[in-house]
Amino acid sequence: MKWLGIILIALFAAFLFYAEADMPAYGDPGAPGSVHVTPEYIERTYEDTHTPNIVTSVLADYRGYDTLGETTVIFTAGLICYLLLGGWKRNDS
Amino acid sequence: MIARHNSLIVNIACRVIVPFIFLYALCVIMFGHYSPGGGFQGGTILAAGVILMRLCLGKEASYKKFPPRLGLILGGIGILIYSGTGLAALLAGGNYLDYAALPVQGMDIPDRRYYGILFVELGVALGVFGVLTSIFDSLTKEK
Repeated sequence: MKWLGIILIALFAAFLFYAEADMPAYGDPGAPGSVHVTPEYIERTYEDTHTPNIVTSVLADYRGYDTLGETTVIFTAGLICYLLLGGWKRNDS
Repeated sequence: MIARHNSLIVNIACRVIVPFIFLYALCVIMFGHYSPGGGFQGGTILAAGVILMRLCLGKEASYKKFPPRLGLILGGIGILIYSGTGLAALLAGGNYLDYAALPVQGMDIPDRRYYGILFVELGVALGVFGVLTSIFDSLTKEK
C-alpha cells in the first residue's frame, strides 16, 4: 500500500512535469493570461478608481464578487469551528 | 489550558507591544490603496494582537478586554458591511458591488469607487479579525 502511494505520486509528478513544458515562460508578455484583460486593468486602474495599488482595485472592485465569496468562506469556517468545538450550549430536551 | 504567563518580562512586553500591533494593523488596512496590504492582511494582524494578549495575559484578563463571543459577531458585521455596500449600489440603480452607483452627492465616479473599496476593505478586515479570534477561542475552549 505504501509503495502504491509512492508510485502514484511519482507518476503524478512526471505528469505535471510533462504538462509544465507547455506553460508559457515566466513573465512572458504574450502569454494568454497577460493579453486578455490584464492590460485594461493596468492602464485604467487609476482613472477608474484613483487607487495606485492595482492589486487592491482588482481585488475589491473589478473582482468584488470573488472577495465577497472569500470572506463568506472564512466566516463559514469560523462558524463551523464555533458550532463543532465552541460554546454550543446543549440545552435540548 | 491557557494561563497567565509567569514572567514579568513577558507580561510587560505584551502590554507594550499589543497597542502597536493594533496601530500597525489599522495602518495596513488604511494604506491598502497605496501599498501592499488591505483587509485580509490587516484583519490577520489585528487577530494576532488579540491572540498574543490571550497567550500572555491568560484567559481571565484577556476575556475581559475582548470577550470571546464578540468574535463571530464582529465577523458577521464585517460581512454585512461588505454586502451592504454592494446592496446600496444595487438599490441606487447600479449593479451589485458597482461602487460607481453609490448614492453620494458631490463626488465623481473614481472617488466613489475609492471609498467603496475602503468600505469593503474595512468589512473584510472586521470579518477576518472576528473569525480568526473566534476560531482561536473555539480551539482553546476548555470543556
